[in-house]
Amino acid sequence: MKKNIILAGVGGQGILSIAATVGMAAIAGNINIKQSEVHGMSQRGGDVQSHLRLSDKAIASDVIPKGKADIIISVEPMEALRYLPYLSSDGWIVTNSKPFDNIPDYPDVDGLLADVKKVKNHIIVDAEAIAKSIKSRRSSNIVMLGAASPFLDLSMELLEEGLKQIFGRKGEQIVNVNIEALRLGRKFTEENM
Amino acid sequence: MQKLLLLGDEAIAQGALDGGMSGIYAYPGTPSTEITEYVQRNKYAKENKIHSDWSANEKTAMESALGMSYAGKRAMVCMKHVGVNVAADVFMNSAITGVNGGLVITVADDPSMHSSQNEQDSRFYAKFAMIPVLEPSNQQEAYEMAYTAFDLSEKYNVPVMLRITTRLAHSRSGIDLSPQKTENKLSLPKDPQQFILLPSIARVQYRKLIAVQPELEKASEESKYNQYFDAKNKKIGVIACGLGYNYLLENFEDIEIPFSVVKVSQYPIPRNYVEKIMNECDEVLVLEDGYPIVEESLNGFMKNDKVKGRLTGAVPRDGELNPNIVAQALGLTDTYGTDSPTSLKGRPPQMCKGCGHIDVYEALNEVVAEIGEGRVFSDIGCYTLGALSPFRAINTCVDMGASITMAKGAADAGLIPSIAMIGDSTFTHSGMTGLLDAVIEDSPITVVISDNSTTGMTGGQTSHAVDRIFDICKGLGVHPDHLRTIIPLKKNHKEMVEMMKEEFAYNGLSVIVPVRECVQTASQKARAKIATKKMN
Ligand SMILES: Cc1ncc(C[n+]2csc(CCOP(=O)(O)OP(=O)(O)O)c2C)c(N)n1
Repeated sequence: MKKNIILAGVGGQGILSIAATVGMAAIAGNINIKQSEVHGMSQRGGDVQSHLRLSDKAIASDVIPKGKADIIISVEPMEALRYLPYLSSDGWIVTNSKPFDNIPDYPDVDGLLADVKKVKNHIIVDAEAIAKSIKSRRSSNIVMLGAASPFLDLSMELLEEGLKQIFGRKGEQIVNVNIEALRLGRKFTEENM
Repeated sequence: MQKLLLLGDEAIAQGALDGGMSGIYAYPGTPSTEITEYVQRNKYAKENKIHSDWSANEKTAMESALGMSYAGKRAMVCMKHVGVNVAADVFMNSAITGVNGGLVITVADDPSMHSSQNEQDSRFYAKFAMIPVLEPSNQQEAYEMAYTAFDLSEKYNVPVMLRITTRLAHSRSGIDLSPQKTENKLSLPKDPQQFILLPSIARVQYRKLIAVQPELEKASEESKYNQYFDAKNKKIGVIACGLGYNYLLENFEDIEIPFSVVKVSQYPIPRNYVEKIMNECDEVLVLEDGYPIVEESLNGFMKNDKVKGRLTGAVPRDGELNPNIVAQALGLTDTYGTDSPTSLKGRPPQMCKGCGHIDVYEALNEVVAEIGEGRVFSDIGCYTLGALSPFRAINTCVDMGASITMAKGAADAGLIPSIAMIGDSTFTHSGMTGLLDAVIEDSPITVVISDNSTTGMTGGQTSHAVDRIFDICKGLGVHPDHLRTIIPLKKNHKEMVEMMKEEFAYNGLSVIVPVRECVQTASQKARAKIATKKMN
């Protein structure tokens, strides 16, 4: 098993909790992991990405080579497109449809989604709507993780274990709502693949 | 035992704790901050009272660490690469004093300048000071190096540098731990004069440092962190330093590397391996995540056709390494996805909604538009983002503290008034001494200390300046009539504009301190409060 995953978003959008969940899941499943993330200046509303690498063999580089990502998971559509140089020819792009517009010249959203659709394997999710349906707007990032989960080669049990470890401190209710978000995200992809 | 999932930074902190460290000293700086933060959160560290409070700046941090070493205990000091410039005086001289308890300087360099003003390579400092460097190629090695570096330091009586770069600092991996070592006991240096660098003693100490160099070379040659991998193909050999080795391996995931490789992770450069590869191979490619320091050493002054690297264009002259660059340098098939669409827009970082610095810039811009542009000397922190649109409010950002002193110099030259814009943490880091210069000459400048009561840019660490700025300014001799404060909020905009106009017009030194807590730390505190309420 070997998966190269790029997580994309904007500083403050919570991609690091997606990364942390997958990290914990991998450790629980005894899978090797490397996960590099951006700290510092870009976290102030700039573009941020995290490279996540899973393998049953040793992993060398902390960053994924260009052209070798299996999946791009993005919590907003423009950032999904920023990492196309990294996506392998049969890779998947899984993105939230709702833009995060904090710049004066944010491009036309329909145009961005059309560009996402040019990638052979793509899933476009309205993660906000799904998160709202379970009254947990803050879980939209975990909805995205759920939507990408069919491509990760990690069992749902492991991912749920990861959520327990990451959100356990915040109480059972938060864990449960995130588990629900994960399942609904996955359901969306399974129905729309 | 299950592995611990740790950032490279955290692996270093855990390694140092397991290696018997008694104290860590640091001033925050990306990408080094998480080392100290890990120790601050760590249960063992709390129970054993391992020192981990922040220092005012990198110089005070390193001096305290040296003091702990003097007292026989193991100490680490951490900083980002430019922090070494601030600590350079004690850094260079600590190589002459040597150590008592093990002393490790962990420096996180930032090639590609993800969050920095430059991409200087700290290995030059270590070479300058003639001390060993450990440069891990992955997180596990970072852990082990932090664990054993104190031994190395004590064995050869020199400080040791542990050098990492951004990608290793901020990437997580599973770490296997080693058994806990006990802390050193309090003990005075055996030689009572070792730390007295009067010229007569310093000369003796310096000769000791020179005399230990061959032993350090030998230690490098025998180090398990340096390795020689022999292969049949002698057309090309590779010297891979630190993370460069990691990126090399990435290109040979499923096959054996067909040419000879020297892995360099401990310096001085291991002469045995380097001589061998230079003698045996037609060409030698040097991979370094930083400046071409090894490449240049091999070249010598006379150009040498054999050595390839950043100086020959085989590897780009600047910026960090990555697996694709290594593939290109070795002539391997490189991979690439597709170009991003041209509609894509850049997304630069920006100040947060509601940030007090924004209110300060709105007032400042209004006044500067009247008195003429080009006179705002700024500093390093979140407020530096005021350089970008829509504010475009500042004219300089050079090094921490430079706002006040550059404004003073410009005023000396006749640019009156000149304005300094500095944050609270930067002020106590290196603004105070510059302010004293301005007090002494009553320089016609206005210093705006935009106080958000935290070290914001690096993630909200406690600021030494909290509740102290006024006393510090008064104590340094700022006249109370020209030491003013305001809450930077929209409703106070007019008042702030008036205050600035008055003080800019005053022909002498004035200080304005807008005070309002950082919106990030304020909301973190509010959330923590709600969480504890729920628990109770
Ligand atoms: C010598 C040096 N040390 C550390 C840093 C990293 N650094 C950049 S900005 C900053 C924080 C500044 O805090 P403050 O002045 O209070 O401004 P704020 O970000 O809170 O607005 C730090 C620690 C640096 N650039 N140079």
